[in-house]
Amino acid sequence: MKPAAFEYHRARSVSGAVGLLTELGDEAKIVAGGQSLVAMMNFRLARPEHLVDITHIDGLAGIRREGDTLRIGALTTHRAVEKADLGDFAVLSRAMRWVGHLPIRTRGTVGGSIAHADATAEWCLLAVLLEARILVEGPSGRREISAEEFFLGPFTTALEPDELIVELVFPRPAPRAALTEYADRKGDFALVAAAVDLDTDRIVLGGVGPVPAVVRGESYTGTTVRARAAAAADSLELRDEPGISAHYRRGLVRTLVERAYEEAARG
Amino acid sequence: MIQLVELSVNGERHDLAIEPRRTLVDVLRHDLGLTGTHVGCEHGICGACTVLVDGAPARACLIFAAQVEGAEIRTVESLSSDGELNDLQRCFSEHHGLQCGFCTPGMLMLAEGYLAEEPEPTTEEIREVVASNLCRCTGYQTIVEAIDDCAARRRAALQDRLDRRAS
Repeated sequence: MKPAAFEYHRARSVSGAVGLLTELGDEAKIVAGGQSLVAMMNFRLARPEHLVDITHIDGLAGIRREGDTLRIGALTTHRAVEKADLGDFAVLSRAMRWVGHLPIRTRGTVGGSIAHADATAEWCLLAVLLEARILVEGPSGRREISAEEFFLGPFTTALEPDELIVELVFPRPAPRAALTEYADRKGDFALVAAAVDLDTDRIVLGGVGPVPAVVRGESYTGTTVRARAAAAADSLELRDEPGISAHYRRGLVRTLVERAYEEAARG
Repeated sequence: MIQLVELSVNGERHDLAIEPRRTLVDVLRHDLGLTGTHVGCEHGICGACTVLVDGAPARACLIFAAQVEGAEIRTVESLSSDGELNDLQRCFSEHHGLQCGFCTPGMLMLAEGYLAEEPEPTTEEIREVVASNLCRCTGYQTIVEAIDDCAARRRAALQDRLDRRAS
């Protein structure tokens, strides 16, 4: 289908975008890569009256290393991260192969993925796994929100309607982390996604709840990879859903956590 | 609301007065008459509308034309010159990389953009890339072979030019 009519506004700066959001109110939506939003608009699942295009703002794309910290600008595409040489943050580049397909990754942005907050999205899992901070700007200035506090529910975040994501800040390297997932067809949304970091002993799962689910160490003690993966899977409350039983999903969690462990150990 | 948009398509500048909700694929087909780019699902799944935006393959149904002002757009019409198919198109023809042809413009632009960035792909990498576009005729094997062969020929031609320059 075709999207409903809207008014188009092109922001030239972050403060300009925030000004537009403040002025236009709840009926305004930010568009960046548009790889989720435009599809939803074409289905008329989303019908914003105003679109604020931030893709013409200079300086919002790019990856910066500052000591142990990695800062990724909101407009950085998945493809740019995939192609970047990130050293001990290489888990981010490797995970990008799971994001849609190549022509999606050339347009879709890191900030857009975080703002969209699909609970199986790779960036949401990575942000929670690596305890990233999300730098946002609003009318009263900038603030940082921790990834774990950012995702409130499916497609729901702590971002205020007049705030814009500026940057994703990863506080420390993750040389022994990995993300893997399963979908029935290549490039589809994951049925289950699993991310692990051996250095912090964290497991984060997508597709098992309304937000990326953190499984903490105490719920999966065990000294074999298989035992830990099984314990993580067993700790989840899962329900049968149309087309996918709780039993099947639990099996996927177990397998994917094992695979993520193996990949993380290889580095 | 009408938006004035200056669009660069296949090296030609176009001044458009369009509704902001006009997607790039609709502009190409309806306003510029470039019907080589096909439109299938309109939600980013089928890849029939794949074009190049600043050299990178992208879904033209998921981009509002107003967003890509200042970018260089390339469509399937840019591949041939003087009525001659380019090497990639000839490879698709020789390997029977199409049957009904509906997915072909998208497949061609996907491959064109990909090979420009990655001139030495493995067969497995090509298989992964073409998974982004739906083809319901070929079973993909012949498409993969066509792209593989085109990449090999381009590498051979480049090597040939280098050899000749050296001698």
